[in-house]
Amino acid sequence: MSTVVVHPIHRAVRFYEAPIGKKAVMAATGVILVGYVFAHLLGNLQIYSSDAQQINRYAAFLHNPANAVALWAARSALLAAVVLHIVAATQLWLQNRAARPQGYVKKKDVPASYAARTMVWSGPIVAAFIVFHIMHLTMGSVLPVRDIGLNPNTPDVRWNVIAGFQNPAVAGFYIFAMILLCMHLYHGIWSLFQSLGVNHPRYTPWIQKASAALAILVAVGNCSIPIAVLSGLLTY
Amino acid sequence: MRITLHIWRQENAAAKGRMVRYEVPNVNEHMSFLEMLDVLNEELIAKGEEPVAFDHDCREGICGMCGAMVNGVAHGPLAATTLCQLHMRHFKDGDTLYIEPWRARAFPVVKDLVVDRSAFDRLIAAGGFIGVSTGSAPDGNAVLVPKEKADLAMDAAACIGCGACVAMCPNASASLFMGAKIAHLGLLPQGDAERDQRVVAMVAQANAELFGSCTNMAECEAVCPKGIKIEVIARMNRDFLGAKWSGRGTAKE
Repeated sequence: MSTVVVHPIHRAVRFYEAPIGKKAVMAATGVILVGYVFAHLLGNLQIYSSDAQQINRYAAFLHNPANAVALWAARSALLAAVVLHIVAATQLWLQNRAARPQGYVKKKDVPASYAARTMVWSGPIVAAFIVFHIMHLTMGSVLPVRDIGLNPNTPDVRWNVIAGFQNPAVAGFYIFAMILLCMHLYHGIWSLFQSLGVNHPRYTPWIQKASAALAILVAVGNCSIPIAVLSGLLTY
Repeated sequence: MRITLHIWRQENAAAKGRMVRYEVPNVNEHMSFLEMLDVLNEELIAKGEEPVAFDHDCREGICGMCGAMVNGVAHGPLAATTLCQLHMRHFKDGDTLYIEPWRARAFPVVKDLVVDRSAFDRLIAAGGFIGVSTGSAPDGNAVLVPKEKADLAMDAAACIGCGACVAMCPNASASLFMGAKIAHLGLLPQGDAERDQRVVAMVAQANAELFGSCTNMAECEAVCPKGIKIEVIARMNRDFLGAKWSGRGTAKE
């Protein structure tokens, strides 16, 4: 069989048609989203700086009109990654459900972790949280937020975060979502290696341990902020 | 031993099945699971009832014919064991066991515990073969294979096609079966030539058979009677991505 020259769009459609193609899309978008989660974590942890204005300066840097093109490019890429990740996951989920129309009277899950079995729940709940989170702290449409000097490009992030987390419901939802994100990453990070064809008896156990460690790091790092606010350790 | 069984009874493919309770009061711990079902069937026949239909052939764990879900685990609770090699000494007097057929859209129930696994045959026909001259067998050791590759190919070739991987998979995916064939053939020089077209054709066939897809839960690995690892699924993914990247292995449309 000689190589057949196929139109690139046709090739992309054929690739995506296969479940392995969809999983590769989920893995690639997963890498982008995991990268963002860590960048976001590093941003968040600046709230602990001894310089109270550190996190606000970081926000002002991101919102600087000179960086607007880069900011919107990053936002567009993230939105595209989220949409592709969700669309591929939904299509696979529907196909997988249809693959077993009649279930078992009794079914055990031998090695599959709770995190692995609940990806289809942790994913949508985290997605709903992200919408809430953007409405809360980026758009300011949930709770009052304030800017420094009435300039929308210099938000008072420190005040917005601390005032927001003093509301136990907001802090509770945040912590709940971070625990689910932790579970999602616990299975998701190592899983993306497997989906892209990386599995080796020598390295996979380490990839799985690193995946768990990174997932816990994200949850502990992010959850520490509402906990510090609620316990009065972090005040404005 | 006295064992209580709840067995899926279904007259034929079109009938609606149900779980039926049976008592087997005289189970010997040295019986295999299938011999225990034989004893139940003898009693059912003596009473004039329809015996429980189940697939079996070699009864020594190498043919891949037998298999059922026992208390929600394919081939029962003992790891790396087919149902015929599972002995009743692994259960306790008074145990209650739920016995169900493999469940997958691609594996329709024929009767009771018997399912139609010809979807596996069509996967093999799609790509699970190598091109060789028929006739006399080639000389042994004419084509040299490094020991490590030969071992890995042999590990994958241990697959007996029983379907436990599909049955146990939460998504009814045939990925472990396909990965086993792709690793078994692709690791050897004789099968390397068709690697691209093999993976493209088998993945397309699995989609057409309405198998689910892999979500990396490793349930298949846990119940595989031959201990095949999900490493072979990663190999399939790798071969697939490589074939799609190069554009080779795809038939002209």
